[in-house]
Amino acid sequence: MTPEAIHGALQQRFGQAVTAFEADAIDPTVTVEASAIHDVGAFLRSEPGLLFDSLMCLSGMDYGEETSSLGVVYHLHSTSLRHTITLRVEVPRQDGVVPTVCDIWRTAEWHEREAFDLFGMRFDRHPDHRRILLPDDWEGHPLLKDYQVQEFYQGIRVPYEGDPPEIGMDVYRFQDREDPV
Amino acid sequence: MCAMARQTAGDELGISYERQGDDLVLQMGPQHPSTHGVLRLEIVTDGELVKHITPHLGYLHRCFEKHAEAMTYPQVIPYADRMDYLSAMNQELAYVLAVEKLMGLKAFPDRLEYIRVLMAELQRIASHLLAIGTYGLDIGAMTPFFWCFRDREKILDLFEWVSGARLLYNYLWVGGVAHDLPAGYTDRVMEFVAYFEPRVQELNSLLSSNKIFIERVASIGILTAEDAISYGIGGPNLRGSGVKWDLRKEEPYGIYERFDFDVPVGTGEFGVLGSAWDRYIVRVREMLESLKIIRQVVDQMPGGDPNEAMPRRIRPAKGEAYLRTESPRGELGFYLVSDGTEKPFRCKARSPCFTAISALNAMNHGGLLIADAVAVVGSLDIVLGEIDR
Repeated sequence: MTPEAIHGALQQRFGQAVTAFEADAIDPTVTVEASAIHDVGAFLRSEPGLLFDSLMCLSGMDYGEETSSLGVVYHLHSTSLRHTITLRVEVPRQDGVVPTVCDIWRTAEWHEREAFDLFGMRFDRHPDHRRILLPDDWEGHPLLKDYQVQEFYQGIRVPYEGDPPEIGMDVYRFQDREDPV
Repeated sequence: MCAMARQTAGDELGISYERQGDDLVLQMGPQHPSTHGVLRLEIVTDGELVKHITPHLGYLHRCFEKHAEAMTYPQVIPYADRMDYLSAMNQELAYVLAVEKLMGLKAFPDRLEYIRVLMAELQRIASHLLAIGTYGLDIGAMTPFFWCFRDREKILDLFEWVSGARLLYNYLWVGGVAHDLPAGYTDRVMEFVAYFEPRVQELNSLLSSNKIFIERVASIGILTAEDAISYGIGGPNLRGSGVKWDLRKEEPYGIYERFDFDVPVGTGEFGVLGSAWDRYIVRVREMLESLKIIRQVVDQMPGGDPNEAMPRRIRPAKGEAYLRTESPRGELGFYLVSDGTEKPFRCKARSPCFTAISALNAMNHGGLLIADAVAVVGSLDIVLGEIDR
């Protein structure tokens, strides 16, 4: 099916929940309401004629402080019918919640954990909602555009502030002395 | 009281599985020879049987995606190299193809396209050799490791000659290459092809058809085709489950549609379909297919300047693009978003090893032994640099 036809099918089934369609983009993208993404996913996965059985990629997004929204982008492909579509949802910067799709495509489980880890949006009904790449006690979500690194992690200073202090280093710098030992 | 104390100790270790009865939790890694990097597997066992495996990642996390946002597009290429340091050419290729898709660049000199395919296929052989060699080593076969590394060395020499580096090349650029091939390069490639083809047969008689090896791995770690697709697994791991799916055929990027090659799939000939042996043998057979492609590349290699169409300024218009390629470890994708500046607004790497290791529990059908866990993890051919990014 062409992206236009897929968008048509989604609009017919979900009406208002489908908010935008970029047909001219490099990868045609359908934007849907965050709350509807699980239903949309289940429909795309099982509807004859669509059969999107493969979630190629799931990415978190930060659209910048001025738009004040985060997003999740789903790249879908059907291995049997060989068509492709991109879905996008947008959630507010604070306390954004997206329903999980990991019961539809199993690969989403870890990709959603990664998106949470790096961007901080929650995935509703996710079976194992933990950080994945960063330590569990890390503060903040690094891929946010306004991310500030924490000052200490377990007693270790995190931000890089020039060279370490010179204390004790003179032992190693004997060549700089006027009277080498 | 005793049970409570145990539970608390488990909490401190970050153990996520709720234990029952006499379950014992084994920590495999972070320093373990067969995790091929720094990976911790938390294995819940009942006697000798593995009940559940929880992988803990992140020990090699180097913030690739955050770094990429602070770099211009060409500056990201060396970082992409370092994601999967065993197949850096394929990483570069995926990244530059994604940038070219974002910029809408298509017309390149033929010579550039042929050089790209040549590098990608040589790298695929080198990467598979390492996968095969270390897999043998993981389960106790020492000799194949040395044989594979001896042959891989010859490919690394070829890479060193063309790019100056043995592992991390920064050779494929957006719309061009760092240097054209040196004079006589293709002759040396053909010498390698002639040398290497009989070695695959040697390897087969040494390891692939070895009775001990087959009995060890041909019925463990079974991954069904349906699970593999749902978990987003690609490459040899997917084809080992009998799915004929190769992005070089399905969505030919570059000039792959010009070449004649087969896509080997697992058939379960010595055990169950989708077993660790099926994944292994697909890699062996793919090396022969890559040799086929290299022969055709060298035969058809055109002259000219490969950097004729190299863009002077890389500043994609506002937009976003996702592109996936067939890396030796599976489906490697880059999702790039441009805001019209010289630096990517977002650069997401979709790693094949990340999805492969997430399917670890789907390969446990209740009969996995502790010793088999090593053999199953090894058969997935993971590289931690790419999982953690």
